[in-house]
Amino acid sequence: MASMRTGAQIIWEALVREGVTTVFGYPGGAILPAYDALLDYPIRHVLVRHEQGATHMADGYARASGQVGVAVATSGPGATNMVTGIATAMLDSSPIVCITGQVGSRVIGTDAFQETDVTGVTLPITKHNYLVSHVDDVAPTIHEALYIARSGRPGQVLIDITKDAQQASTELQWDPGDVKLPGYRPDLRASDTEYSRAADLINGSKRPLILAGHGVLLSGAMAQVRELAERANIPVAMTLLGIGGFPALHPLNLGMMGMHGEAWVNQAIQEADLLLALGMRFDDRVTGNTKTYAPNARKVHIDIDPSEFNKNVKVDVALAGDLASVLDDLAPRVTAGDRKGWLDAIRDMKGEVAVRDIQNLPDSGHLYAAHVINDIWRLTGGKAVIVTDVGQHQMWEAQYYHHDEPRSLITSGGLGTMGFALPAAIGAKLARPDAEVWVVAGDGGFQMTMAELATIAQEKIKINVAIINNGYLGMVRQWQEFFYERRYAATPLLSPDFAKLAECFGLTGLRIDRRQDVVPGVEKARAAEGSVVIDFRVEQEDTVYPMVPAGADLHKMIRRPSSAPIVETADDE
Amino acid sequence: MAEQLQRHTFVVYVEDKPGVLNRVASLFRRRGFNIESLAVGHTETPGASRMTIVVLTDAGGARRLEANLYKLVNVLRVQDVTEVPAIFRELAMIKVATTRETRTDVMQLVDVFRARAVDVAPESVVIETTGTEDKIDGLLEVLRPYGLLEVVRTGRVAMVRGPRGVVVDPADLPARGPRGAAAPEDPEVSHSV
Ligand SMILES: Cc1cc2nc3c(=O)[nH]c(=O)nc-3n(C[C@H](O)[C@H](O)[C@H](O)COP(=O)(O)OP(=O)(O)OC[C@H]3O[C@@H](n4cnc5c(N)ncnc54)[C@H](O)[C@@H]3O)c2cc1C
Ligand SMILES: Cc1ncc(C[n+]2csc(CCOP(=O)(O)OP(=O)(O)O)c2C)c(N)n1
Ligand SMILES: [Mg+2]
Repeated sequence: MASMRTGAQIIWEALVREGVTTVFGYPGGAILPAYDALLDYPIRHVLVRHEQGATHMADGYARASGQVGVAVATSGPGATNMVTGIATAMLDSSPIVCITGQVGSRVIGTDAFQETDVTGVTLPITKHNYLVSHVDDVAPTIHEALYIARSGRPGQVLIDITKDAQQASTELQWDPGDVKLPGYRPDLRASDTEYSRAADLINGSKRPLILAGHGVLLSGAMAQVRELAERANIPVAMTLLGIGGFPALHPLNLGMMGMHGEAWVNQAIQEADLLLALGMRFDDRVTGNTKTYAPNARKVHIDIDPSEFNKNVKVDVALAGDLASVLDDLAPRVTAGDRKGWLDAIRDMKGEVAVRDIQNLPDSGHLYAAHVINDIWRLTGGKAVIVTDVGQHQMWEAQYYHHDEPRSLITSGGLGTMGFALPAAIGAKLARPDAEVWVVAGDGGFQMTMAELATIAQEKIKINVAIINNGYLGMVRQWQEFFYERRYAATPLLSPDFAKLAECFGLTGLRIDRRQDVVPGVEKARAAEGSVVIDFRVEQEDTVYPMVPAGADLHKMIRRPSSAPIVETADDE
Repeated sequence: MAEQLQRHTFVVYVEDKPGVLNRVASLFRRRGFNIESLAVGHTETPGASRMTIVVLTDAGGARRLEANLYKLVNVLRVQDVTEVPAIFRELAMIKVATTRETRTDVMQLVDVFRARAVDVAPESVVIETTGTEDKIDGLLEVLRPYGLLEVVRTGRVAMVRGPRGVVVDPADLPARGPRGAAAPEDPEVSHSV
């Protein structure tokens, strides 16, 4: 009888054996047996303020570390509160496992108190999910779930465990061996002919471009990408989620592509004769109008998920598999080349619009978000983990913070979930306690999950928060400015005094509205022992340039008007 | 560039587990495909169910669908049998109104179409027929004038010709079967999907 355990104990025991050290959760009736058992296991439980926060924390934990993040909630409202976080993780292929309590198996289907069909609700937003109603299934399901979450294209697995399965006892039989899932093949391999065709296209190309996506980070293929780029002199453009996969300061780096990518990057894509898409999925914010996208280019697509091939953009060669291993096999077939003409041409495109060096511009008396972010970049030496929310500030972060390290930008790309930043940053900090973690959030999105400041206080975590406070739901206001005749419906935003608010939570709050105060403010936050929230009162009607309107041709960008002081220009006085 | 729409027939082997039909159907809906017909039942391999799914889509759509089906953890094997030599069949039961005068005519039509009358009542006949959709459509057309009281069709099932088929290896199936409340009680009835 020595090894008899309740299902509740097995949950934690299995997680511990899987190497899980931290979970994010919130208790309630249907998960109470599990919470009772938690006290006896060496797991750090972070009490969140809303279950959405738990899922974003698990997500941020996963993105910062590459390890599966784990979130826990009760049945019904606890579980449904997780939906946004699960969908956020799904669209960005972030591996998380969610464990929810479910009502007793005998009352399932009776509309019992706090009963929701959670496996039904989450079916389209998970890679896989389980309803566990027998104690013997708890351990093998957790083992399977973590395996599915982390293998292949990383995904989200939800395990709904009935209360009686938590309460019942069984002899724990832990089989740490391989999971047997006959229908699940995460280890695909491309054929030799496909490798040859890809290599031929690369070797024959004059104007090739690497499109580096999130898959570079997920695969850990930074070294392989860099080697390929350097050997064949292929310039590299990154998706928003690919940022950090190739060093920003590398001479072959072009910057971000797509809707708010630099003009020269999109121009280079339109002129390229070969696109090498590495772990990216040709999102519509990346391609603009697919009918006119990269019209001169052959396309080679490497992705671990074959359902991505020819989904948005037709490709000439598709190589299925884990990026690092595909590139290991492909590299020996790629010949060196200097591609001087192409690199010079890109340098020329860049020359006319290179406005990103904004440090030396004189102080015009205005505080722009770009300056704030650029200063944070300089002061942190580009070494911080930046977790952004969604909106204009997110794009300025991508433009003005130069990331050299993988997993140093954490942002919700595919779902664009406002409220992501603060909880995701908490997850990131717990995954990498030694990292300097900054939140960059808008005044709008910050208010969606700001209750998690209490979590920071309770857990005694050190995070700095930069609120880019423009008094608007800025990104929506920008669309209204461009496409709705400046009719600012429901975008002006009244906010609390964020500095005071921080003090209420027991944290430090600062307010900054002049450019000369940015550097001292950021320094003060960095030096402080506890978490600091800085309310940056920035220019209200600032605009993110350049911009490809949704669905427009990639080369038809709305460019920064030379007359408008959108970001300071030298004559902006 | 628009590719041609065509009826694609997929044979899909899935693990015999609760909720699998839901997962497959949800995938079609989520990715914007309309299922024209779907038939499901047990197979030569215990633990595996077989679905025959007919969808109207183009070649690219069919390829993406196959790749997406493979992403479902419980899906064991997928084959688009549209372009391979295969036998397609559907079963229909047709209840036709009859009178003393029309019954003989109806029975003759049944013969011509090699269908069977499986129930004969004073005012109706139930006809059972198996064949391609075209054949069943043809039979329905000639019976329509007599009055179709009730029609039920199973949807297409398919099998590839020749010794090799779309099968799964029983050794591939996981040892751990369904448990508890979900275990089927009546072996004749599939509670699996
Ligand atoms: C306001 C806003 C503006 C935006 N503007 C832009 C913009 O201007 N430019 C931009 O790029 N994005 C922009 N985005 C983000 C955009 O919506 C997408 O999220 C992003 O482009 C997706 O990048 P990705 O394809 O690299 O990553 P993902 O969507 O995460 O896709 C990763 C791909 O890699 C594959 N993969 C995973 N693991 C591996 C592996 N081990 N080996 C090989 N392949 C693997 C996956 O199967 C998947 O196909 C914006 C988002 C918001 C909210
Ligand atoms: C949950 C959610 N609701 C709505 C949106 C639509 N949306 C995208 S950006 C944005 C404005 C964000 O405003 P703010 O947080 O102040 O950031 P800013 O754009 O001003 O930098 C909105 C409302 C969203 N992305 N997420
Ligand atoms: Mg704002």
